[in-house]
Amino acid sequence: MSEYKTINEKKADWEESTLKNVLDRFPEQQEEFVTGSGHPVERLYLPSGISEEEYIGKIGFPGEYPYTRGVQPTMYRGRFWTMRQYAGFGTAEESNQRYKYLLEQGQTGLSIAFDLPTQIGYDSDDSMSEGEVGKVGVAIDSLKDMEILFEGIPLDKVSTSMTINAPAAILLAMYIAVAEKQGVTRDKLRGTIQNDILKEYIARGTYIFPPAPSMRLINNIFEFCSKEVPKWNTISISGYHIREAGSTAVQEIAFTIADGIEYVRNAIGVGLDVDSFAGRLSFFFNAHNDLLEEVAKYRAARRIWARVMKEKFNAKKEKSMMMRFHTQTGGSTLTAQQPDNNIVRVTIQTLAAVLGGTQSLHTNSRDEALALPSQESVMIALRTQQIVANESGVTSTIDPLAGSYCIEAITDRIASEAWDYIEKIETMGGMVKAIEKGYVQKEIQDSAYRYQRDVEDGSRIVVGVNKFTVEEEPQKGLLKVDPSLRTVQVEKLARVKGERDNVAVTASLKALKKGAESEDENLMPLILDAVKKYTTLGEISGILREVFGEFQESIVL
Amino acid sequence: MAKMVRILVAKPGLDGHDRGAKYIARALKDAGYEVIYTGIRQTPESIVVTAIQEDVDFVGLSLLSGAHNELFPKVVELLREKDASDIIVFGGGVIPTEDIPFLKEKGIEAVFTHGTPIKEITDFIEKRLEKQ
Repeated sequence: MSEYKTINEKKADWEESTLKNVLDRFPEQQEEFVTGSGHPVERLYLPSGISEEEYIGKIGFPGEYPYTRGVQPTMYRGRFWTMRQYAGFGTAEESNQRYKYLLEQGQTGLSIAFDLPTQIGYDSDDSMSEGEVGKVGVAIDSLKDMEILFEGIPLDKVSTSMTINAPAAILLAMYIAVAEKQGVTRDKLRGTIQNDILKEYIARGTYIFPPAPSMRLINNIFEFCSKEVPKWNTISISGYHIREAGSTAVQEIAFTIADGIEYVRNAIGVGLDVDSFAGRLSFFFNAHNDLLEEVAKYRAARRIWARVMKEKFNAKKEKSMMMRFHTQTGGSTLTAQQPDNNIVRVTIQTLAAVLGGTQSLHTNSRDEALALPSQESVMIALRTQQIVANESGVTSTIDPLAGSYCIEAITDRIASEAWDYIEKIETMGGMVKAIEKGYVQKEIQDSAYRYQRDVEDGSRIVVGVNKFTVEEEPQKGLLKVDPSLRTVQVEKLARVKGERDNVAVTASLKALKKGAESEDENLMPLILDAVKKYTTLGEISGILREVFGEFQESIVL
Repeated sequence: MAKMVRILVAKPGLDGHDRGAKYIARALKDAGYEVIYTGIRQTPESIVVTAIQEDVDFVGLSLLSGAHNELFPKVVELLREKDASDIIVFGGGVIPTEDIPFLKEKGIEAVFTHGTPIKEITDFIEKRLEKQ
C-alpha cells in the first residue's frame, strides 16, 4: 500500500498556509459538517493509497464479486432500471385503470399497493377494517378482486411487485391462480412479493403471526417457488421502512442484511440448499437527500452481502452473492409545505439510486406528505426517472462515482460500521432475538429522535419547514378515497360468498388447518387450493391465526 | 404539588407508521408530562378504555393511513358515552387541511400536521389547561 507521503505532507502545508489564511478571516458555516445520517464529513478527501490488490478485493468489476460496482456487467448501458411506480387505491376496478394508465405512459413494471386490512389479513367486512378499506392501497378479499385487478393485463408480459408480507403466500397464490385463468403457466411469472416479516416487527407494523410460524411460511414460499415459480423473487428484504422509521444510512443496510442473514440461516436450517433459493432473494432500499452518502450506502451494501453469502453461507453460484435491489425515494423527506419543492428532492434521490446502481425504482410524488398522489403528480414522478435515464448522461458509464476519494472513503466507512452492527446482532443470537429484546427498535428510535431534535433546534435545515418558509394556501385537488367504498366492497364480498361452493371452501380451510398444525407440511399448495375455491383472505388468515397465534408488539420508547 | 398532567398517545386504525407518535411521546415526556403510549393497531374502544383507566387529561391520536375522518370522531364519541368528555382529544398525522374543520367540529380540539414544532403542541396543552 502506498502511503502517499508527499500528498500528506503537502496537505499539512496547505492546512497551515492557504487554508489557515482563509479560515482566520472567513470561518466555515458550521463547526462540524455531517451527512444526512449525522456522520461527520471531512473537509477534503485525499487519495487513500489503495493498492491494486485491495482494489480487486473490495471494489472489483461490475458483474463480479464483490459487486461493489454493480451486479450487471453493462449496467444501464445494457438496459435502464425498471421504472416501477407503487400504486393502488380503492377498489380493484379503480386500481386496474391506474395500472393500465401507468403502462401506457411507459412504466415497465407494476407495483401493487394493498390496503391495510388486506396486509393484515382482514376482509373488508371485518370490524377491524373500519375506516381503512381502500385507503392506502387496493382492497383484496378474494380471487374475484384479484381477477378484476389484472383484467386486460397479460401476466406473462409484465413483472409485478406486491407489497405484501404476513399474507404473502395468499396473494402469491391468488396471482398464480389469475395467471392460470389467463393461460399463463407458473414458470413464466416474473415479479416480487415483499414477504419480509422481520422488518414488519422492526418498523412497518403489518405483522400477523409470531416469528416462528412466520419464518416457516417464508421457507414454504422459498421451497415452492424454487420448484414451481423459478423466475419469482420470493422476498424483498427491506431497509426502506427501517430508514423511514428514522434510522441512519448505516443502520438501514446493517439491519436489512442482518434480516437477510436470518432468512438464509432459517432456510438452510430446514434443509434447503443455499444456491437453490439465494438467487431469488432481492432487496429494497431507500433514497434520501444526502446524495454522496446514499451512493456509498448502496455500494457498501452490495459488498457486504456478497461477503456474507460467500464466507458465511458458502454460496457457490454467483447469483446467490449478488445483491439486486429496488429503491424508493424517501417518503419521510417530503414536506407538506411548498410541495412542489419535493420534485427537486425526488430528483436528487433518483440520481442517488441510479448512481448507486439500483435495479428498479419508484419515485415519490410531490403531494405524498398530504395524501395519495394525484394522477398529475404521479406523471411528474415517472417523468423524473425518464429524464435521469435519457437526458442526464449518468447512465452511459458504470458506477460513475467510483474512484472519487470521498465516495470510496464513505463506502468503506459505512461498510465497516454496518459490519459492526451485523456482528453485534449475530452475537445476540440473530435478528429474531435482537427484535425480541427491542434492541433494533431502540437504535432506530434514538436516531429518529436525534434527527427530529436537530430539525426542531434548527441545526438541520429542511427548506420550507424550518427555514425559507412562506404563508401558504391549503392544497387543492388532493386525491380522496370515497368513504362509501367499504359498502361497495362488502357487497361484492357477500356476492362472492353467495356464489361460491361453500362446502369446498370449508373443506379447503380444514385441510389448511391440518397442514398448519403438522409443522413440516408446505402450506403453499393448500393455500393455492383454498384461493381457487374463492376462500377469502380473511378466512385463510383467520384459520392460520387460530393455529399460529398473533404477534404482540413490545413497546420501547 | 400540582397533579402531573397525563397524556395518552394512541394509534387508532391499522397503520404501523409510529415514528411520529413515538417522537411526540418522547418529546412530551422530555417536556415534563407523564406520557403513556399505546402501541399500534388500537381500536377506538380500546383507546377510550385505556384513557379512562389511566386517568389521562389528554389523548393525542396519530394516524397516517387516511382513516382519520372515521376513527378520530369515534374516539371523542366514545369518551362522551363513557362520561369522560373532560378528556381533551387532539390529533396529527397525514391529514389534509380541508379535513381539519370537520375534525374540529367533531370535537378534536387541535390537529397538528407534518412538520409541526413540538412547542406548538406544548403551547396548546398549556393553554388548554389554563382554560380549565
